[in-house]
Amino acid sequence: MPGSSNALPAADLARTVVFAAFIAVLGIFPGFYLGGAAVPVVLQNMGPLLAGSILGARRGGASVLLFLALVALGLPLLSGGRGGIAPFFGPSGGFLIGWVFSAVVVGLIVRRATPRPGLLVLLLANLAGVVVDYLVGIPYWAAFTGDLGAAAIQSLVFLPGDAVKLVLVSLVAVAVHRAVPASLTGPTRVARS
Amino acid sequence: MTPLGLYLPGTSPLHRVPAGWKFLALLSLAVLVLVVGSPLWLGVVTGMVVLGYFVAGIAPRHCWGIARLLVPMLGLVFAVQWWLLGLDSAAVVCLRLLAALAAANLFTLTTRVEDLVAAVERGLRPTRRFGVRPERVGLLVGLTLQAVAALSTMASQTREAQRARSADRSVSAFAIPFLVRTLRHADELGEALAARGVGDD
Repeated sequence: MPGSSNALPAADLARTVVFAAFIAVLGIFPGFYLGGAAVPVVLQNMGPLLAGSILGARRGGASVLLFLALVALGLPLLSGGRGGIAPFFGPSGGFLIGWVFSAVVVGLIVRRATPRPGLLVLLLANLAGVVVDYLVGIPYWAAFTGDLGAAAIQSLVFLPGDAVKLVLVSLVAVAVHRAVPASLTGPTRVARS
Repeated sequence: MTPLGLYLPGTSPLHRVPAGWKFLALLSLAVLVLVVGSPLWLGVVTGMVVLGYFVAGIAPRHCWGIARLLVPMLGLVFAVQWWLLGLDSAAVVCLRLLAALAAANLFTLTTRVEDLVAAVERGLRPTRRFGVRPERVGLLVGLTLQAVAALSTMASQTREAQRARSADRSVSAFAIPFLVRTLRHADELGEALAARGVGDD
């Protein structure tokens, strides 16, 4: 690859692109009614965790970044048809930016498990992913409020939902790894280690 | 590719400012709003942003759409902030958010996606020496939008299949088959791209 240190091979490029689209479709698609809840549960924030769990750090992070770039360019791909640069300026903007780090951290942890990650590793990785998202999101919110404690308390609202989602993501990822064994390494590459 | 976008066509001065400069102006406004701490001046900035909506000739219908998203969120933030930090701080935080979010929405409403892509490609040009390929941005946007269309169809089909198996409430009965099909679609796209020589240059 002359002159381009980070050009992705076609298969990696395709996975990055298609997973960015996957995160978008999670937002377009109507939510699920979990356990008789009155309000449909938004699935989109499972996307970055799934990206990290299934594609690994590099392609997972890249696909989240690509998805957020499309949103920022003015495409209404966030759940509820939101889009544009405004969601990044709002109180939850840091949580969106945190998605990228979330996917990378999940991918880095999952990658260590060979030959393929089990449920325990995935639960641990996704827990770390959620924590990283909060670590970016809460200080960002605090920049508006000027008070870190208040921002942390307001973020507690998301905690129960995120706990359920990280378990769901881990269960789904275990099954997907079983069905498509080479997803972390990609079809064109031989597994390292 | 605009039918998906939030852009509203128009000929106002705000529509005609080059996208890159408009974005820099938006960023400066966001910084200004974070630095300014007086409710009076924040009110003035907010007033100027609202004036921008008139200059851009945004129809009341669209303004209402944005207000409907902003007002409940601001109301909630105001209530919690008042409870935790007092009335003054609540007013400042809400005015900050209102000014920044209204300006950011105005930016998106008056800027075409294509123009923004072109501006990003131009803005990234200096990074070429680090191996970034700015001219790829447009290709990536187009490919992703095509994939969104393909995956939406796949998602509805998977949902149908799930209903047929009367596993309607299970997230995993939807997510697992949908993800497997998504990965398969990615492999096909990868082969198609490789056949066209994308990625090995």
